[in-house]
Amino acid sequence: MSDSIVVDHATKNFTLRYHRTLKDITVAMSRGRAISDTFQAVDDVSFTVGQGESIGLMGLNGSGKSTLLKLIIGVMRPDSGEVLTRGRVSGLIATGAGFHPQLTGRENIFLNAAILGMTEQETKAKFDDIVEFAEVGRFLDTPVGTYSSGMYARLGFAVAIHVDSDVFLADEVLAVGDRPFKKKCLERMQEIRHSGRTVFYVSHSAGSVRKMCDRVIVLEKGRVAYDGEVDAGIRFLKYDDPGQPDLDDEIGADI
Amino acid sequence: MTDVETPHAASEGEPRAEVRVVDAPLRPPSDTTGLMEVFRRRYLLRLLVKREISARYQGSFLGLLWSYINPLSQFLIYYFIMQIVIGRGQFENFAVHVFCGLIVVHFFTETFNAGTRSIVRNKSLVQKMAVPREMFPVASMLVSLFHVVPQLVILVAVSLLYGYTPDPGAFAAASLALAIVMVLGTALALLFSTANVFFRDFSSAVNILTNFTRFGVPMIYPYTMVQERFGSAAEYYLWNPMANAVLLVQRGFWVGTTKDPEETARVHLPANLFELGLWSLLGSLVLLVVAQRVFSRLEQRIPERL
Ligand SMILES: Nc1ncnc2c1ncn2[C@@H]1O[C@H](COP(=O)(O)OP(=O)(O)O)[C@@H](O)[C@H]1O
Ligand SMILES: [Mg+2]
Repeated sequence: MSDSIVVDHATKNFTLRYHRTLKDITVAMSRGRAISDTFQAVDDVSFTVGQGESIGLMGLNGSGKSTLLKLIIGVMRPDSGEVLTRGRVSGLIATGAGFHPQLTGRENIFLNAAILGMTEQETKAKFDDIVEFAEVGRFLDTPVGTYSSGMYARLGFAVAIHVDSDVFLADEVLAVGDRPFKKKCLERMQEIRHSGRTVFYVSHSAGSVRKMCDRVIVLEKGRVAYDGEVDAGIRFLKYDDPGQPDLDDEIGADI
Repeated sequence: MTDVETPHAASEGEPRAEVRVVDAPLRPPSDTTGLMEVFRRRYLLRLLVKREISARYQGSFLGLLWSYINPLSQFLIYYFIMQIVIGRGQFENFAVHVFCGLIVVHFFTETFNAGTRSIVRNKSLVQKMAVPREMFPVASMLVSLFHVVPQLVILVAVSLLYGYTPDPGAFAAASLALAIVMVLGTALALLFSTANVFFRDFSSAVNILTNFTRFGVPMIYPYTMVQERFGSAAEYYLWNPMANAVLLVQRGFWVGTTKDPEETARVHLPANLFELGLWSLLGSLVLLVVAQRVFSRLEQRIPERL
């Protein structure tokens, strides 16, 4: 099994800017206060993912999961350390990012597919599947600005899931969408996983992580707090609530 | 419900259906090759440009026709003011002279202004998707270039009314002028689009800066006037690539509308205009390379500063 994602002592700093305008800066300087302060959103994180592995990335809000995903998809670059990936990486960091509200669903499918790296021929070949998956029906030719947030998300997810990548990332994307759609997405991600693609799945839902993943990484304040077997990882987070049915705990999990 | 759940239950603990062998090296996902990458993903670039254009005319009844009405009204204003009210009789077809400059200046200021704002405007894309970020300033330039077409159509139509006959030299001059503005505009847009991420003040500053452009080029005054006033110092005036671009377009169209084109060119244009144009293009290309270097260095901190 070859390595698919290698994260080697990666650190990402963010600056907290207290002061931005000229006035603020002068006031801060004259009172001897700090103008800015940095913190590590991803702090010395290391792990290796083999091709075909399915990882559940968990942790509280603000623990650095999205930032880590941005490093892997290449939107951001680590300040120190290294992040390496093999093959095409794609997925959803935010549902429908890059949708243009004034363009129709159809136009947005083509645009979003191109943003995710699909060619025109590829998009045309998969267009019907995408439309069917998104279930937007006759709203396909209306501007997406008028879509409900669920429809918006469905369309975004439908495009992303049809990109033929080697690594598939999903960041709390199932938080919107209704129950039948969530179920369908999980099934589709299951298919992706079984086709040997690497899956990197951020979720707060113990149930869906248990179904989808064969390894859990838990982030705590930007550091890897746990990396290993799924059930132990979920126990580590104390997320396990035996009273909850599997699919339902995805719902309302990300607020 | 049950039949959907079954494959899941069955698949758990089973070995993988497939082993995917990825025939690619491990590499940093954030690596891009800058403008080369933009060229490689030109299908996306085309869609972004199309998106920009169709969004601009959304909900408008006349739509793209506006891009003809605008320059035409501009021409008529200049025709009325310059030729009839002020009556620069000694200067042939002054409205055409001005319009030539207007097209170049407009193309440049649109590219510079929209390009400077482009990255901030496409925030959600830049923050969340792996798109080469040079894409946005370049797309702004192409949108502006798209709007040059109707202006050129009007310029040609007006010139033909004045009895203009096109020649190969005219075509070469106009093409060179457009190339200069394309490269120069993209270079400045690249530089200032990143700067604008760090301080939004830059888009306001650029706006003011571009207001001066029209006075730094021989548009509402002829180049001969610069020569008369400044003598040999007029040479430095021609270090401005925009001045050369304007003169080249005037060589392409306005000269051809006058009674004696050869005499007009001799009197009103620098003798080595094409040479100057090529130097301007070269200078703009050097600036583009520098801009790309600066962009690549600053770009790393763009997504978090947006
Ligand atoms: N662009 C940014 N500038 C400054 N701080 C940021 C930026 N993006 C994220 N952060 C901070 O980094 C931390 C981790 O954020 P994130 O990765 O989104 O967490 P998660 O996805 O686990 O909820 C948070 O404290 C957040 O406020
Ligand atoms: Mg997040």
